[in-house]
Amino acid sequence: MPEQPLLLTVVTFLPLLSVVALLLLRSDDHAWIRRIALAASLAEFVVSLLLLRGFDSTNAAYQFTEYHHWIGEAIHYHLGVDGISLFLVLLTTFLTPLAILCSWESIHENVKGFFVSLLVIETAMIGVFLSLDLFLFFVFWELTLIPMYFMIGMWGHENRIYAAIKFILYTMFGSILMLVAILWLYDLAGTFDLEGIEQYLAVTSLPHTTELLLFAAFFLAFAIKVPLFPLHTWLPDAHTEAPTAGSVILAGVMLKLGTYGILRFCVPLFPKAAQEAAPAIGVLALIGIVYGALVATVQTDLKRLVAYTSVSHLGFVVLGIFAFQVTAVEGAIYQMLNHGVSTGALFLAVGMLYDRRHTHEIKQFGGLATPMPVLMAFFLFVALSSLALPPLNGFIGEFLILIGTYLGHHAWASWAASGGVLSAIYLLWAYQRVAFGEITVERNRTLPDASIRERIILVSVSLAILFLGVASPLFTRRIEASVNNVVERINQPETASGGAGTGSMAAQATIAPAGIDRTTLRTLRVRGRP
Amino acid sequence: MPILDHLWIILALPLAGAATIGLLGKRWPQSAVNGVAVGSVALAFLTVVELAREFLQLAPDQIPFVGDYFTWIVAGSFRVDFALQVDQLTVVMLLMVSFVGMLIHIYSTGYMAQEGGYYRFFSYLNLFMFFMMTLVMAANLIVMLVGWEGVGLSSYLLIGFWFLKKSAADAGKKAFITTRIGDFGFTVGILLTFATFGSIDFGTLFNSVASNPVPEATLTTISILLFIGAVGKSAQLPLYVWLPDAMEGPTPVSALIHAATMVTAGVYMVARMNPFFSRAPIALLVVASVGAVTAFYSATIGLLQTDIKRVLAYSTVSQLGYMFLACGVGSYAAGIFHLMTHAFFKALLFLAAGSVIHAMGGEQDMMKMGGLRKKIPTTYWTMLIATLAIAGIPGFAGFFSKDEILEAAATGPHSNFLLWLLGVSGAALTSFYMFRLIFLTFFGAPRYDEHDVHVHESPRNMTIPLMVLAFFSIFGGWFAAPHLVGGTQYFQKFLEPVFQAYARQPMTAPLLEHPAGNPALGLLHAVTGWPVIVALLGLLLAWWMYIKNPHAPKRLAERLRPLYLLVFHKYYVDEIYAALIVRPLLWISTNVFWQGVDLGLIDGVVNGSARLARASGARLRQLQSGNTRSYASWVLVGVLGFTVLLLALYVRGAH
Repeated sequence: MPEQPLLLTVVTFLPLLSVVALLLLRSDDHAWIRRIALAASLAEFVVSLLLLRGFDSTNAAYQFTEYHHWIGEAIHYHLGVDGISLFLVLLTTFLTPLAILCSWESIHENVKGFFVSLLVIETAMIGVFLSLDLFLFFVFWELTLIPMYFMIGMWGHENRIYAAIKFILYTMFGSILMLVAILWLYDLAGTFDLEGIEQYLAVTSLPHTTELLLFAAFFLAFAIKVPLFPLHTWLPDAHTEAPTAGSVILAGVMLKLGTYGILRFCVPLFPKAAQEAAPAIGVLALIGIVYGALVATVQTDLKRLVAYTSVSHLGFVVLGIFAFQVTAVEGAIYQMLNHGVSTGALFLAVGMLYDRRHTHEIKQFGGLATPMPVLMAFFLFVALSSLALPPLNGFIGEFLILIGTYLGHHAWASWAASGGVLSAIYLLWAYQRVAFGEITVERNRTLPDASIRERIILVSVSLAILFLGVASPLFTRRIEASVNNVVERINQPETASGGAGTGSMAAQATIAPAGIDRTTLRTLRVRGRP
Repeated sequence: MPILDHLWIILALPLAGAATIGLLGKRWPQSAVNGVAVGSVALAFLTVVELAREFLQLAPDQIPFVGDYFTWIVAGSFRVDFALQVDQLTVVMLLMVSFVGMLIHIYSTGYMAQEGGYYRFFSYLNLFMFFMMTLVMAANLIVMLVGWEGVGLSSYLLIGFWFLKKSAADAGKKAFITTRIGDFGFTVGILLTFATFGSIDFGTLFNSVASNPVPEATLTTISILLFIGAVGKSAQLPLYVWLPDAMEGPTPVSALIHAATMVTAGVYMVARMNPFFSRAPIALLVVASVGAVTAFYSATIGLLQTDIKRVLAYSTVSQLGYMFLACGVGSYAAGIFHLMTHAFFKALLFLAAGSVIHAMGGEQDMMKMGGLRKKIPTTYWTMLIATLAIAGIPGFAGFFSKDEILEAAATGPHSNFLLWLLGVSGAALTSFYMFRLIFLTFFGAPRYDEHDVHVHESPRNMTIPLMVLAFFSIFGGWFAAPHLVGGTQYFQKFLEPVFQAYARQPMTAPLLEHPAGNPALGLLHAVTGWPVIVALLGLLLAWWMYIKNPHAPKRLAERLRPLYLLVFHKYYVDEIYAALIVRPLLWISTNVFWQGVDLGLIDGVVNGSARLARASGARLRQLQSGNTRSYASWVLVGVLGFTVLLLALYVRGAH
């Protein structure tokens, strides 16, 4: 039983509550808007740490659950956290204060609107991670889009409108498919509740095509978000045009909404379809790893370069998930955290350069290690974590994925390992062109080094990078039980009644419960409640 | 406090040094930086000496001694402990690394005294010591990988130390990326190891390979994959191209990292993994062949280089080839022996070259030197000793170790005449290019403007390390008490447990096949053997061409112009790599992937469908005519369509 009965609600809605406080302020009172936003996000981070205190790492089930009827019989306010979502929530609450801090001086227009958007996104993202009701999940999922759309469209750079619309259309396309799938599932199971649906699927075997279609609809929505090759082209534009905070949140957390969704819904709900689709998805992930890295290498815009590295790194995550092997899936979750911290940090550093020079063109830099040694030293450290240098964080995630994947798919892992060579190429080459050599643009000679505020940001992410690198068992031990649970479910899809291909008997058995069993299911579901 | 119970202290010392200097050293005077940097490494060396003393008192069944500190990674069935181990091989490597490292730290306080970023240099150098000792103390493959990648990082930072120079920054990047290509093989090798044995721990791996039959094909694959990592790290064909460029780094770095220690990591790794390699004859043949070919090939490039450091760089590549040749013919102990003597004489060669460069005010081109013998006598004599050692002249350290290797290649269990021939030819070339270096630098008339360059001997903190290393370049071989001089093969016997414990047939000693007869006869045999003869011939030829007959090289070059150009341009390998790999990859990434697939194809579809939507929207707008009858007819169409859809679904559901 949870000792803090409302903890998840507080964690989810505290940022939204502080939005109310922000709205009460005069909109030209920029100083206090910033301070309150920062204070709220820091408070949120501290509160979210309470999750660690009561979290039982031996328990694979959802913890701190809250369950209330919301709309009618079928829609519930159902929250819970498990090993898969725990650290993603903490990642969100860790990155948001940094995103606020990095916008301290660079956002001048409509300051209130900006920080309100940021905090609304935080609530929405945490809501996505904690929702255990598909309806609620979808509400939060859509809620992440609108403020991000505004962030890119209002506070972005030159080509922001194109990028914002591309972002929203790509994502909406996926969302609509997912909505159809959610409604379809409701029609089958009679509930939006995730555990109810899980129990329904445990006793019922879906017709093959139905399962495949449902899987495909969910997967497409998530794959766009990840983004999986070839659905990734919204990402470079969105990143290049977004303000720094937008990129940090987008790369740091939002992309993980996709991989999280795959791991939470696609794979455990539709294990047979996932098994069938795995070869194709694995290949797409591999293409993403190599392709993203190669395209990143030849970019001339620093932010676009980092954006493409995300395509490569998230390819690793998807590969790890679809290896269906405990080590690889844990590595995938770990890599989500690493990517959030390291790529978030890369965007923060690139943002600091932008604040000084108002450009992302690599050509405009060169020799920056001379005027700003501190900033460039941190930049290198972050780059090294991103290229998976042991003992930093990126190595652990990448290696766990490789080793887990290798156990089942030698070729996949070997191809993926080549990503390690490529990441060294694009990061060190970019770093060299930015930091080393003589100064090529005279203006750069007098650029100031990192300020106190910037140093706080850089030290925070660097400590996180180091901590994730040397203390990984503190994380993986809490992740493991839930991952075991998911992996077991994938690897024994045949235990559901009937199983595929046993002819008409199975087919009959699958159709029958759809109509009659809703009440039975409801009791099942209620029995599962505390 | 016994050090054996606190192995981590050896690593903590240089790490603490690196961290303190890196974070605080900017505002310190040089003497404080010196104190911390040299002090931490000197303490580490003393700790290692104490460790060696304690180690010698251990019972054989306590070896390897393992210190397991904390669980570093755990996920599913995969678990990595941060564990360190000490066995004979570790002790030898630790003593060598910390001793040479300490000398080079001292030398650097003189060499770098006038340089900006002094604290940064020593912070990196200490960091290197930390990773290098992690590498040799690792008790499993993953901790070894930490050291392995970490020395690569330090090397990257130190090669690019003068980052304002584009060539230095380029060289650092090239080194890191090229070795990473090798690491790709290393990584996949580790993956296959874990998939096969379910462990990455040395002890577990070696026990299970010794007690359970594992298919030879698997072991061969693992060994070759691991060896690819060694090829990158130890600059062998075809991945050697980064090492000559790495000479852009400060000379002490070249001595420590790119001659004595880091580049030998590959040899160490092959020796460490000997239970695998010894069971994979094909892999051994690959190791030996790559080593022998590299030894010969890079020696030929060394013949024509005029940059004093580049000659030494190609010579390092070549000597590393000999070490791999030794391992490949099953004589790991000879490989490690040569690794150690090479660390002494090659570090000395680099440091002496640094002293020459220092004396010449930064000049590295030997064609602009000459006649330095009288002006910098300490540098001259020490460098001459190192040259005699590397050339394999009897009595000097390199003679014993190189003789062991060629002996093993000729008569060992995996002997191979062709590889032996390559080795002996390489030895002739080595002697030639090394004495060419000596003659061009120290003999003849000065070829520089004596008014501009004020040649001066280096300060004591630079010359003392030279003298210490010179001592070891002579006697470093004798300490091993080789059979040749009536010794007990002390070095080989000491290492024997590492290479025999998991051998296929224990107690057959393939390393000790020197004739049991009269040692004096053996010595006579070795001194009059081919390696010595060709070394003397090389010396003579160099003397003839660069002292006796200084116009000979030019005439010869003209007569053999195509060959001369080919070798002079290092067989155009850099150019070939650029044309065949680098440029096509960049071109494809830019034009096919980015511009073609991303912007053309995918975005074309996305933007195209957006345009289509807009166009059809414009068309559809006409439907909103405000005409009620037209709306009604569309409602009808909609209802009909929907009904059809529902019917279709119902019919499908009924089946």
